[in-house]
Amino acid sequence: MNGIHDLGGMHGFGPIAPEPDEPVFHAEWERRCFALTLAAGFLGRWNIDMSRFAREGMDPGHYLTSSYYEHWLYGLEVLLHEQGLLSAAELESGVPRASADGELRALPADRVEATLLAGGSARLTDAVVAKFQVGERVLVRNLHPHGHTRMPRYLRWRYGIVDRDHGVFVFPDTHAAGRGNKPQHLYSVRFEGGELWGPQGGGRDAVYADLWDDYLEAA
Amino acid sequence: MAAPDAHHHHDAPRFSETQLRVKALESLLIEKGLVDAAALDVLIDTYEHKVGPRNGARVVARAWVDPAYKARLLENPSAAIAEFGYTGRQGEDMVVLENTPQVHNMVVCTLCSCYPWPVLGLPPVWYKSAPYRSRVVIEPRAVLREFGVELPPTTEVRVWDSTAEVRYLVLPMRPAGTRDLDEEALAGLVTRDAMIGTGLACTPGEASA
Repeated sequence: MNGIHDLGGMHGFGPIAPEPDEPVFHAEWERRCFALTLAAGFLGRWNIDMSRFAREGMDPGHYLTSSYYEHWLYGLEVLLHEQGLLSAAELESGVPRASADGELRALPADRVEATLLAGGSARLTDAVVAKFQVGERVLVRNLHPHGHTRMPRYLRWRYGIVDRDHGVFVFPDTHAAGRGNKPQHLYSVRFEGGELWGPQGGGRDAVYADLWDDYLEAA
Repeated sequence: MAAPDAHHHHDAPRFSETQLRVKALESLLIEKGLVDAAALDVLIDTYEHKVGPRNGARVVARAWVDPAYKARLLENPSAAIAEFGYTGRQGEDMVVLENTPQVHNMVVCTLCSCYPWPVLGLPPVWYKSAPYRSRVVIEPRAVLREFGVELPPTTEVRVWDSTAEVRYLVLPMRPAGTRDLDEEALAGLVTRDAMIGTGLACTPGEASA
């Protein structure tokens, strides 16, 4: 979706404000929100692309005026509701009304460390032929899907050069919609600054982005 | 739970709406058996105290002193980083970008907040905020200047937008005047920002200042 989260190249947000000796969390509720999001994710009822799409659904004005973990809180509430794990009445009242799905089991504390260390790679072993070769010139397709996509607007309809082939990965656009992995090659594509930004692009500078076969066409 | 904000007047609400929503969510999920209360504490402790940029600094320092390790790190980054035990969530598929006098790499996620957790921990607020995400791809040198980094015009700046599940770690240049330092002392010169690419590694003088 052409959402407010897709910020690359926008003007007007002001200076970057690094905080000296920044703590990992700025409030107790941020700690809890972070941990609840990961712990609920361990239930396996949604994937990372669904999580991102849930956050992208925030009202644009609210997205820009709320903090990062407020985005996470919004996304978590949406996912729990969509998956039928919490009802609107429960979210409103904070009081459980129905017992949980008996099939679902919370990940116990003694399995958290091993689960984090194992992770879950989005790399796939499917034997899929690459559509593009390293060094090949490509054009990012001019697509504007309503669903989730990882194709930033500032790269659409721009020419780049395939810099490396990362291998076969899960395709987020279908994965976020529960329509499967659609295994395909993922590439790092180099875009010259001048191609993206015209005379403002800076002669020597470039942007690299990770883009899938379905985002690209031969140029 | 969070303490009431001491700056508020005594009849102000004790908790913000956001705090109340998080508290309600936590009790609902625990009561329904969907999350384990003790697991929450493990998750918080892991990312608040155990996993952070000191991990990445050890990787960088090893690459500076051990050419064979550096070669492995650039050739097969996930496996080389796993030699330290730094694996898993948000670092499953790593790429390491070497900074040189000719090329300066820096990393962003314009769409959200993608960041290599096993080596850098959780990202700082500025990395996730609109100013950095919007600006670094269109005016990287202006962003670098705000971080106090001025690069010569002959250095090419490459901005890596983490749009997929590949995670990027910048291997900064080893500072001058560090020939006599051991690996541990070198790790003390490697800042988080140097591994994002918005900074350079410290000189020994800067590190002790």
